[in-house]
Amino acid sequence: MTRILAAAAAEARIALRNRWVAIAVAMMALFSMVLSATGSAPTGILGADRLSVTVASLTSLAVYLVPLVALLMAFDAVAGEVERGTLPLVLTYPVSRAELILGKFLAHLGVLALAVAVGYGIAAAAAIWTDPRAQAGLPALWRLGWSSVLLGATFLGIGYALSALARRPGAAAGLAIGLWLVLIVLYDLGLLAAVVTDGGGRFTTQVFPWLLLANPADAFRLYNLAASEATAAAAGLGGAASTIPTTLALASVALWPLFSLVLATLAFRRVTP
Amino acid sequence: MTSLTISHLTKRFEGVTALDDVGFDVAPGERVALLGHNGAGKSTLMKIVLGLIPASSGSVALMGAAPGSRAARSLAAYLPENVAFHPALTGLEQLGFYLRMRGEPARGAMPLLEKVGLGHAARRRIGTYSKGMRQRVGLAQALIGRPRLMVLDEPTSGLDPVSRREFYAILDELAGEGAAILLSSHALTEVEARTDRIVILSQGRLRANDTLANLRRKAALPIRLQVTARPDTADSVAGQLAGARRNGVMVDLMCRHHEKLARLGQIAGLQPLIEDVEVLPPSLEDLYSHYSRSEGQ
Repeated sequence: MTRILAAAAAEARIALRNRWVAIAVAMMALFSMVLSATGSAPTGILGADRLSVTVASLTSLAVYLVPLVALLMAFDAVAGEVERGTLPLVLTYPVSRAELILGKFLAHLGVLALAVAVGYGIAAAAAIWTDPRAQAGLPALWRLGWSSVLLGATFLGIGYALSALARRPGAAAGLAIGLWLVLIVLYDLGLLAAVVTDGGGRFTTQVFPWLLLANPADAFRLYNLAASEATAAAAGLGGAASTIPTTLALASVALWPLFSLVLATLAFRRVTP
Repeated sequence: MTSLTISHLTKRFEGVTALDDVGFDVAPGERVALLGHNGAGKSTLMKIVLGLIPASSGSVALMGAAPGSRAARSLAAYLPENVAFHPALTGLEQLGFYLRMRGEPARGAMPLLEKVGLGHAARRRIGTYSKGMRQRVGLAQALIGRPRLMVLDEPTSGLDPVSRREFYAILDELAGEGAAILLSSHALTEVEARTDRIVILSQGRLRANDTLANLRRKAALPIRLQVTARPDTADSVAGQLAGARRNGVMVDLMCRHHEKLARLGQIAGLQPLIEDVEVLPPSLEDLYSHYSRSEGQ
């Protein structure tokens, strides 16, 4: 455990000095502020409180932004050490590769959690400031907060795995962006196209829900929308969410981080210094 | 028990044999120099000893433990060639990290940095360090936890002569405490004075493994007698001794070990013509070329 903490402390210092902490926090804060400023329009029509509406907007934002920030922090983790030549030395120490990865993971997850807390905190403060009823949305915001951190954890692990597979920071960055594009953007487009073509057949009823659950970003969105009727209504995406039990979405959100960390460790073990 | 035992070690990379049936031991307190050209297999051998890469065949044991096992890694310290650290960390933070990786408190970092002469720069980022300073950080991390085996890959490259002397003084101290030291170097003269035994690798094969004195004796390379003649007698001295003139006053004689005394007697017989005489044993460079060429071709 001391070894994991030592690795985490060193990584946290590096993140601080490389401005990753500042960049991650600034990105989340900026986007939250923009959403808070523009997200006031639908309130009157739907009758939901201001914060619940903001949470719905934040959910859509987090699906894009949290994985991106996580991948940006993670892609250099192994490939950067290989390129700098720092890896052989640390691997001669009595520390396992899983411990090294976990140390980096703890530090990066801390940065991500801080960014999420600052971003969502700003959004919550803005909502409550303008609408006293907004406190009703706090449970939804809390749920969004911790599930965002879990989503980030998943993509940190995936980022480490890509970093270990690529061995070079440039290649790792390319893989990370490619994966982000596929999982966050193209995956949903592909599913949409398939559902439209299928026209309500077996694919739509039997396969489609599982494919949604299999993608950590979709599971995250489903969970947050299904868990709160108000946000689902506000997002206007309740249809897909309602066919899948919330517990299954939650299971996917919770299990993905573990799965991605196992992937990361396995990929890191294959790296010969 | 030996600190390091290597036997029949072979390593192949995609058809290229980097190490071929190499075997030698390093005893506690012994300082062994590993010599060889670039690409002779020195770094590969060190990486196998440290468990960083697997051997194709043969065996390696560090105080009985398998390379790469947690026990072996707790016993061994490594200083890689061109050691690198994260530029954003300070020397103090980086060393604190390595201390904690060995299960020791980070407060031991400052004394170690002072020991290698980096106390004044401890709170600066490693990105601002010179190559020699990074090498000292590398040495400091290798000193953590009194290792039983130190594997040092070109440890003095980038160090100035004074730093080199300090470096070897630290190694002597460690060897005195029973640490086994395996180091590679291109600086043959410093190896000559500072190690107990020499292992020569060439094209992945072990060419020599002995003390310097024994290597000299076995190689039986010619000894050079350098005779300084008095003014205007060099030609006559060269003629009478059947030697070769080097310049106006110097005459070189090459002879075998067993001929040395007889030759010196001849030189003494010419005393009126001679200013001085020096006996130059074959240099380590001569020995190294001899052994790395022998058996190979």
